Amino acid sequence: MVPVEFYFVLSALLFFIGVFGFVTRRNLIAMLISIELVLNAVDINFAAFNRMLFPDGQLEGFFMSLFSIGVSAAESAVAIAIIINVYRNFHSDQVNSIENMKY
Amino acid sequence: MDYSQFFSMIPEATLMVALVIVFLADLILKGENKHSALSLLTGVLLVSQLAVCFMQTPAEAFSGLYVSTAATNIMKAILTGGSLIVVIMAQSWLQRADVADKEGEFYELLISTLLGMYMMMSSGHFLMFFLGLEMASVPMACMVALDKCRKESAEAAAKFIITATFSSGVMLYGISFIYAMTGTLYFDDVVNYIDATPMTIMGLVFFFSGLGFKISLVPFHFWTADTYQGAPTAVTGYMSVVSKGAAAFTLMAILMKVFAPIAEYYEYLLYIVIVLSITVANLFALRQNELKRFMAFSSISQAGYIMLAAVGSNGMALSSLIYYVLVYVVANMAVFTVINVVETRGKGNTRMSCYDGFYQTNPKLSFLMTLALFSLAGIPPFAGMFSKFFVFMAAAQNGSFLAYFVLFIALINTVASLYYYLLIVKAMYIKSNDNPLPEFRSDCNTKLALGLCTAGIVAFGVCSCVYDWIAAACI
Repeated sequence: MVPVEFYFVLSALLFFIGVFGFVTRRNLIAMLISIELVLNAVDINFAAFNRMLFPDGQLEGFFMSLFSIGVSAAESAVAIAIIINVYRNFHSDQVNSIENMKY
Repeated sequence: MDYSQFFSMIPEATLMVALVIVFLADLILKGENKHSALSLLTGVLLVSQLAVCFMQTPAEAFSGLYVSTAATNIMKAILTGGSLIVVIMAQSWLQRADVADKEGEFYELLISTLLGMYMMMSSGHFLMFFLGLEMASVPMACMVALDKCRKESAEAAAKFIITATFSSGVMLYGISFIYAMTGTLYFDDVVNYIDATPMTIMGLVFFFSGLGFKISLVPFHFWTADTYQGAPTAVTGYMSVVSKGAAAFTLMAILMKVFAPIAEYYEYLLYIVIVLSITVANLFALRQNELKRFMAFSSISQAGYIMLAAVGSNGMALSSLIYYVLVYVVANMAVFTVINVVETRGKGNTRMSCYDGFYQTNPKLSFLMTLALFSLAGIPPFAGMFSKFFVFMAAAQNGSFLAYFVLFIALINTVASLYYYLLIVKAMYIKSNDNPLPEFRSDCNTKLALGLCTAGIVAFGVCSCVYDWIAAACI
């Protein structure tokens, strides 16, 4: 059986890969993928913590990750629609080219 | 399951019904009268919603998932009133040819964000809180993107949705640590098990920064200026008062309810964030020459003042925060109504220089704008002065040296903010302009919105009974 600590290491790694990608990537779609990594890290965290705290009992953490998966799907649907609209207006999805309103 | 529990969440239920009614009306209504019928319907539904919020009694449902207190009911009423003003002032924008067919969508999105804020404010569980927050912020991104063909609107929406999703991810990560340490997500239970372990504090910091994004406190404010400038003016007004007020109320309620045992740790966090928000936003506001961008920085510094109430963490904190939001709603909406009407009539111009000599052609509008700016700056006898006073008083009851220091900095910044608010007044009254904006007659919707806001600014300042009433209800 996989020890429960491994899940926390995995989730922490995923979270920071996500944050790193969010900060360094210059492409809107890639940024969205990084955000999904962050949200997946959260899901793993909730599930693993629930399993550790209540091995055979309540499922609060599992429900939280279930809802979080649903909400993140809704969020990325809206985000992709908006990115498509950005692409129509700017003919690019690079962050550097969307700067009509700096300063 | 006991379905009668839904009776204790009547405001949410009626708002849900209102959403469905507006949606169906948008589908069914056709022809020339669609615009007036739809806007009238939305207005009537929001007014009745206001009555429902006032009649609601404190209740708890679904084993503590949903909690409504007197304070949340007042807050819901205030936010509903704010949305009503947004609907009224948006009319001149919604009549524009390229937006007219999206009018129904605007109302639906507005009501669904309002529903999310209701849920968020009366949540008793982190899951409900998270769902409400998302329900408020995802449709908000669609509202920002409503001007589909304008480049700025698309850019603003992209910046908003990317930061909003990222911040909710960070916030959830924080919540997962709090869950790990306490084993529960109910607010009432978390407070019993929480103690100052490093992991809890890490969770607190992640959670705080996630919500800080939503309220646009300073280290997390980078999206604010661009989003506020690019969004349609009515939506900017909505974001800057209604959604910010709801998020600030929730953050303070959670800090006071859930994190009360580790208050000495989050207080430092609050001090740093408040001082940074007020100071940095004021410095940036000084050099803006775009009015909507200027109002974005002004709203960041106002958010700092709102959070000042949380420093007090006593009975007065809640009532002073609610009063501050109430006054901020009317004052800020008045400014945005004027910006909106100038933008629609002046060919989409929101630059500060086009307000030069505004008084020569439109004396009434510039007078009302001046009143609103005075209230935002906190000049007596307008309401803004009293709201700042009560917030300062709540923070002063903390009594520690650091709290007084933060208060002192906030006080200095109030004077500094007076300078940049008066820059606009100076542009309108004193600066001469050979080619000022033409004189225009405002339509009756704009007059109604401005009338409501101005009445609020003056009445809330003169009648002390409003604050007494809120304070009595919050205890």
